[in-house]
Amino acid sequence: MKKASFLAVAATATLMAGAASAGTLDDVKAKGFIQCGVTTGLAGFAAPNDQGVWEGFDVDFCRSMSAAIFGDPDKVKYTPTTAKERFTALQSGEIDVLARNTTWTLTRDVNLGFEFVGVNYYDGQGFMVKKSLGVSSAKELDGARVCLQSGTTTELNLADYFAAEGMKYDSVLFDTADEVRTAYLDDKCDVYTTDQSGLYAQRSVVPNPDNHVVLPEVISKEPLGPLVRHGDNQWGDIARWVLNALINAEEMGITSANAADMKGSANPGIARLMGASGDLGEQLGLSNDWAYNIVSMVGNYGEIFEKHLGQGTPLKISRGLNAQWNKGGILYAPPAR
Amino acid sequence: MTADVSGQSGVSLWRDPKIRAIFFQVLVLGLFLAFVLYVGNNTIINLEKRGIASGFGFLSQPAGFDIGVVLLMDFNAQTSTHGDVLLIGMINTLAVSFAGIVLATIIGFIFGVLRLSNNWMVNKIAAVYIEVVRNIPLLVQLLFWYGAVGAFLPGVKDSIHLSENVYLNIRGLAFPKIIPEAGFMIIPIALIIGIVATVFVSKWAQKRQDATGQPFPTFWAGLGLIIGLPIIAALVSGIPFSIEDPKFGRFNIQGGWSLEPEFLALLLGLAIYTGSFIAEIVRAGINSVSHGQTEAANSLGLHPNKTMRLIILPQALRVIIPPLTSQYLNLTKNSSLATAVGYPEIVAIFSGTSLNQTGQAIEIIALTMLFYLVISLLISLFMNWYNKKIALVER
Repeated sequence: MKKASFLAVAATATLMAGAASAGTLDDVKAKGFIQCGVTTGLAGFAAPNDQGVWEGFDVDFCRSMSAAIFGDPDKVKYTPTTAKERFTALQSGEIDVLARNTTWTLTRDVNLGFEFVGVNYYDGQGFMVKKSLGVSSAKELDGARVCLQSGTTTELNLADYFAAEGMKYDSVLFDTADEVRTAYLDDKCDVYTTDQSGLYAQRSVVPNPDNHVVLPEVISKEPLGPLVRHGDNQWGDIARWVLNALINAEEMGITSANAADMKGSANPGIARLMGASGDLGEQLGLSNDWAYNIVSMVGNYGEIFEKHLGQGTPLKISRGLNAQWNKGGILYAPPAR
Repeated sequence: MTADVSGQSGVSLWRDPKIRAIFFQVLVLGLFLAFVLYVGNNTIINLEKRGIASGFGFLSQPAGFDIGVVLLMDFNAQTSTHGDVLLIGMINTLAVSFAGIVLATIIGFIFGVLRLSNNWMVNKIAAVYIEVVRNIPLLVQLLFWYGAVGAFLPGVKDSIHLSENVYLNIRGLAFPKIIPEAGFMIIPIALIIGIVATVFVSKWAQKRQDATGQPFPTFWAGLGLIIGLPIIAALVSGIPFSIEDPKFGRFNIQGGWSLEPEFLALLLGLAIYTGSFIAEIVRAGINSVSHGQTEAANSLGLHPNKTMRLIILPQALRVIIPPLTSQYLNLTKNSSLATAVGYPEIVAIFSGTSLNQTGQAIEIIALTMLFYLVISLLISLFMNWYNKKIALVER
């Protein structure tokens, strides 16, 4: 009997292992929601609002995926992750997709077993200091104490930059962006370094934003984007084309307000993306109105950007590199056809 | 006896308790091994499927990031490896744990004794400290100490000048650094000779007291030997070191040695928290010694301090040591909360940063667990040895 029950356990375990490796899309559909990894709270990108509902630029990517898969943007459960935890959470299957200002690097793409689906924010690392220090350039930071978040490319760039400039610094590492901000505000360090988007986000929530200045130097390329586990190509394709649909929709002038009208557009490209013609959605294993659902329920890339990061928000980030390729930026999505 | 009889008398093997016991042990062991094999195999397959490289090769890869507090060795982001990160993490954990254990023991013994004082005021102060500190989570206390440092200490430019070239400010405590020059080794050697000599002197003093009843000021003699010998050695060898004073830089104090606020906050938090538990253990230990012992000592006319030191504490230690061991282990493990206050110990930099830069979760977590296991076992071994040594020898 003992032996029999052991065999039963072993068999069940094997079956479960088999089930776990089946398509993520099927798993997500079966459980009825997407488990989306976000930051532990970064204003504008992902943070719970007054009602406790997650919102932000990264959150809207999760909602877009939900709209594409379920026709409902709210079938998402959010897992707040620190910079340290995020990769393990994705590797272990705790989350289905990570949308958390994560820099696309070779090691992460190749060695850690991930698949970056594209870039949703072109960023670069910068420095923020208190105005009272009278520093106007990062080249004056020799001997400074620098606060930063551990487990990030930020640490590597910082070491490289100071070594290249022949300057010294002391680093103080924390787990979450909130802890870094508190230490910086408490004057435990002179400099706060992270991606510039993060600096603007943090500056928007400190008591006196005008007392802090973001230095002009950008010391790295930080293409931030969502990522999924390596090895499930269908799931990777869906995430990639949800992002591309957001960007393409903006380029084509499709907004949440006019999406319904655009469905009947005479422009064949727009009709294809909106699912009025062709079978793009079916090729992805989704319904044909997937992109229509995204844009009508969440908005296009530009709308999402303006809503959470743009001039109307406390962050006041200009589009810069993140403008469309034909409007002075480098935002460029492959054609949906 | 009965088992043997039934075994020999041909009752089925299944009913023989000895054989049955062995059978189940083998079965459980087999199931456990099968489970380990299954999990291991599954892990390897999953790692391969996801294209995650495994192995310990990453330890020789350059780390690429800097560490705030580096003791005893050099670290350079460009050339040092993840193996060095592991070493620094271990050293930093051991440094704060060791300092924390010493400090917590001192605090614990002082407040444990004060808690039993007949003076109402002293007694209540000790009680308040113990009850308040014991009942607040350590993480909250760490954040309090880290934040409190910011609230009470001045900025770099307005540093508190404690004595010549010793400055206290929000960035920590800065003091002059000793830079060894040729012939420096004579000083630590003199220190060791001083310690060894002190041990001999105390043995000799004990013998002399046993034989003649004459007490000898062992404490002062030892202090003189341990501090005096190195000083004489330094003077005789022509002061083989130079001193680097801390100086004000553009942002911070440069040069010299400094204790960072992160280290100080962690040390204070750990020592004060664990100290309150040790105080309770000490109180329980002292209470366990029969009051008759105190009365007997009093009737001999022994000073209350000596009564405590020579009569009560040695007996109380039997009760104190085992739970004290467990507090030392707790303190060491609790040092892993350091990541909340930015102190770079093994969990923060190795199983935090290195894990994230390399993605070798399994190997790194295994090494970290191994480190804590070894440290815990060493502390246990040492404390058990000490416990045996001080146990009452019954004649």
